[in-house]
Amino acid sequence: MVIHLTEDNFKKEVLESPVPVLVDFWAEWCAPCSRLTPILETLDQELAGKIKITKLEVDECSDIADTYSVMSIPTIAVFNHGVVVKSVVGVQSKDALLKLLAL
Amino acid sequence: MNPVIIVGHGPAGISAAIYLKRAGITPIVIGKDAGALKDYQDPVENYYGFSSPVMGSFLIESGIHQARRLGIEVIHDAVIKITLKDNLFIVETLQTRFQAKAVLLATGKTRKVLDVPGFSFYKGKGISLCAVCDGYFYHGKRLAIVGCGRYMQNELSELARLTDQITIFTDGKPLEVAVNHPVIDAPIVRIGGDDRVRFIETREETHQIEGVFVAVDAPSSIAFASQLGIATNGGSVVVDHDYQTNIPGLFAAGDIIGGKLQIAKAVYDGMLAADGLKAYLNHKEKAPSGD
Repeated sequence: MVIHLTEDNFKKEVLESPVPVLVDFWAEWCAPCSRLTPILETLDQELAGKIKITKLEVDECSDIADTYSVMSIPTIAVFNHGVVVKSVVGVQSKDALLKLLAL
Repeated sequence: MNPVIIVGHGPAGISAAIYLKRAGITPIVIGKDAGALKDYQDPVENYYGFSSPVMGSFLIESGIHQARRLGIEVIHDAVIKITLKDNLFIVETLQTRFQAKAVLLATGKTRKVLDVPGFSFYKGKGISLCAVCDGYFYHGKRLAIVGCGRYMQNELSELARLTDQITIFTDGKPLEVAVNHPVIDAPIVRIGGDDRVRFIETREETHQIEGVFVAVDAPSSIAFASQLGIATNGGSVVVDHDYQTNIPGLFAAGDIIGGKLQIAKAVYDGMLAADGLKAYLNHKEKAPSGD
C-alpha cells in the first residue's frame, strides 16, 4: 500500500527506512497530481518490499516540502539512507519511475 | 461538439486527420507553424516519393492543402490551454475555444522552452511551466512571468490572485497584450540563485525574484503535459499501443512521443493514432458516461 506521510511519521518511514523510498509531493488541488496515483499504485504492487512508495501532501506537511525546496508539484524524490538521491518534476510513466529508481 | 481536435499540422497531425476523415470522422486541425521542419534549412532527401529533394516547409504546406482538399478544416492558430471538464476537452486558442470528445497532440517537440542559462537547473526549483500547478508555492512572493502574449496573460490571471508583486519579462520581444503590471523588455541573460531561483539578469540589470513562470509563445508539449498530468519518460509523452496517453481520450503522435524523429515515423504514428481515436470514439458512443 502507498504510505501516507505526515509530520509525525516522515522520519521513521523515510529518513530511517532500510529500503529506498519514493516520495510523491502532491496536493489535493493539483489536478495533474492525481494522474500519478494509479501509476504509483501499480508500481507499489510490483515492487512490494523492495522500495517503499509514499505520498506527502504539501499543505499538510508544508515544513517538510519547504525543507526539500519543493516548488513544483508533482515532485517525485527518491530517498536512500535519509538523503535525496534523485528527483524529478511532473507526472512520470511507470517505466520512467523504474529508471529513476535505477531498477 | 467536435469528435477530435488535432493539435499540430505537421506530418503526424495531418496523417491522422486524413485517416480519420476516411473513416468518416471529421477532425479539426489546429497548427501554428512548421515546427522542427520550419528551421530545417536543408531539403528533405529521405522521404518516399520525391525524385528531387524538397524543403520541409513545402512538405508541411502540401500536407495542409491535401487535408483541406479532403474537406478537413485546418486552422492556423495557437493552442494556449487544454482542460478537461466532465470527460470533454476544452481547447482554447488565441482566437477561440473548442470542445472535443478526444484530442490528439501532434505538436512536435520543443527542444528547449526557454533558452537561457539556468533554465534547466532551476526547473522545479523556482522555475515553473504551470501556474495552476505551482502558484500555491508563491503566495505573496515576487514573481516573474516570461512571455509577451495571450499565454503569458493567461498565466498572469492565475498568479495575480496570489501575489501583487509580478513583473512581466518579454525577453526582448514586443508586448502583444495589455497588462497592469511592470514590464521589462530587455533580453534575459540568465536565471540564477542558490538552491532555488533568486534573480533574473537581463542585459540591463538584475532583478530579485523568487519564482519564474515561463509562458513564451504557445505552450510546448511539455507544458501541456504539466497542465494535464500526462505521463512522460525522459521528456517524451508516453502512449500505449493505441497511441493513448494515461489520460483517456488524449492521444499523442509524432516527435512528441519519442523514437525516431523522422517524417516517415510521424506519418505512421498519425495513421495508427487515427485507429486508436476511432476505437475510442466508438467505445465512448456505446457507453457515453464512461471512459
